[in-house]
Amino acid sequence: MNRLRAWFLAPTWTVMVTLFLAPLAIILAYSLLTRGAYGGLSPPWTAESYGRLVDPIYFVILWRSFWIAGLSTVVCLLLGFPLALFISRSGPRKNLYLSLVILPFWTSFLIRTYAWMFLLRDTGLVNTFLEKLGLIQGPLPLLYNNFAVILGLVYGYLPFMVLPLYATLERLDPNLLEAAADLGAKPGITLLRVILPLCEPGIRAGSILVFIPCLGAYLTPDLLGGGKSVMIGNLIQNQFTTARDWPFGAAVALVLMAVVMTLLMILAGRDSEDLL
Amino acid sequence: MECVLELRGVSKQYPSHHAVKGISLSLARGEFFSLLGPSGCGKTTTLRMVAGFEEPTSGQVLLNGADITHQKPYQRNVSTVFQNYALFPHLTVQQNVEFGLRRRPGNHFAQRALEALDLVRLAGKEARRPSEISGGERQRVALARSLVLAPDVLLLDEPLSALDPNLRKQVRAELKAIQRRVGITFLFVTHDQEEALSLSDRLGVMNAGQLQQVGTPEEIYLRPSTRFVASFLGDINWIDGVGVRPEATRIAKQPPDERPARPATVVQSTFLGNLIHVEARLADGQPVTAEISRLSASVLAGDPVYLWWEPADELVFE
Repeated sequence: MNRLRAWFLAPTWTVMVTLFLAPLAIILAYSLLTRGAYGGLSPPWTAESYGRLVDPIYFVILWRSFWIAGLSTVVCLLLGFPLALFISRSGPRKNLYLSLVILPFWTSFLIRTYAWMFLLRDTGLVNTFLEKLGLIQGPLPLLYNNFAVILGLVYGYLPFMVLPLYATLERLDPNLLEAAADLGAKPGITLLRVILPLCEPGIRAGSILVFIPCLGAYLTPDLLGGGKSVMIGNLIQNQFTTARDWPFGAAVALVLMAVVMTLLMILAGRDSEDLL
Repeated sequence: MECVLELRGVSKQYPSHHAVKGISLSLARGEFFSLLGPSGCGKTTTLRMVAGFEEPTSGQVLLNGADITHQKPYQRNVSTVFQNYALFPHLTVQQNVEFGLRRRPGNHFAQRALEALDLVRLAGKEARRPSEISGGERQRVALARSLVLAPDVLLLDEPLSALDPNLRKQVRAELKAIQRRVGITFLFVTHDQEEALSLSDRLGVMNAGQLQQVGTPEEIYLRPSTRFVASFLGDINWIDGVGVRPEATRIAKQPPDERPARPATVVQSTFLGNLIHVEARLADGQPVTAEISRLSASVLAGDPVYLWWEPADELVFE
């Protein structure tokens, strides 16, 4: 019995060890080494990289990452909830609408982000259109700022909010909504007192699925933020590329991971079986 | 008799089928009325039109004389006990009962909710979640949640069907007792003839979207107006187009003196304690069942017997 169990678990263990635990150990080792004279790594072992993290500049970046990811999650929730509610009530057209939500995944995220740059830049479609209509004189600053970053993140991660919300709304017993109306609740009250509370697992799952990738995003802030609103993902990327400071990049990556894990445990700890 | 609910020629037409075909009905205040019929006969659709979940294609629904046909469910003073109870899983028993009260003007919500829970013998369970109580208790919470609002009509959609059979009889008796105590009009939908007969002051038998007969249980059982009603409510023998209830079918080894009787052969005789259930076959092969007193002469399988009945017990339909 135990042998059989071991055989069945072997593939999982192989994947976890080679693709997760080993790289993690390597990153941990990197973070504790010293930067080499020409990049790369050299002895001695030291925790100096972690010490450098207390510099206020990194707190600014961490804080910015948090509020941009947080705001993006809230916007995703505000846009995603009505959308998921609409799809769950659409009867036979549900599957069509769901596939439309997933449709963007058929194109590379990089290309879709470039498409946003074409839309948002000073001579882009949006500004040109508004100028032709005479609504604005000069171009609006739509690109290379926090607005563009949040727009890009919301655009990219909205499906991750809609899908779990849809799943919980779909499972909602229609009799409960009828019962609420029957007991005298107008539609707004039913939404607030019945639908929203019962959707809490979906809201939590969707928020986690959006917040975590947003927190570590580097492509969107790099392209749409124009490198001006540096997020923690960009910081890590820079250490491994331009700055050639692998130990520090590894340390930042591990700290980010620890923060995310802590957040997840707080959220999941409340009732873990509800997650996803 | 004061009329509380009236349906006037109410119909519901769906794209694919005609669920309810012109039902007219009026309920007196305080009565226990059942809509009885096989599944798919339109009884639940009728109930849902009274609740406001479905809008009639034609006809009118009147509550206390006022037209409520097109009112929303939250605008009508009726309340529904759902087949699956539809309790809010995220709220406690007490919060479930308070839900409707809080949507209305007034106060002392907690006190009134606890009184309603007391009425259905659920005192002490108010802090539980629906998932932490039994099926029978959930049914009573649903009842309390509706009763606490003192609706003009309480609508019950097969509320006993989800309970196990042992519990059903007990809950049935309680339901009747509660209805008597609170004096609220009950409109009860069921496919179970025993439930309908034992609970109702009056009942209506539905088939294929139409109301076939309305009356007291005795009237409907003893004087059914259609063949469908006669067969749906209780067992019946059809002998040459005439209906005779098994308990009205007499059986003996000798033919009676001044009655025409039919010769038959006993197929099976089952002793049921209070009576004997006899299955027989007429000379031409028609099966007949009779329920006879255990005090009458016993018959055994294979015995030649004679069957007859009083003319008054004949049910004739054109």
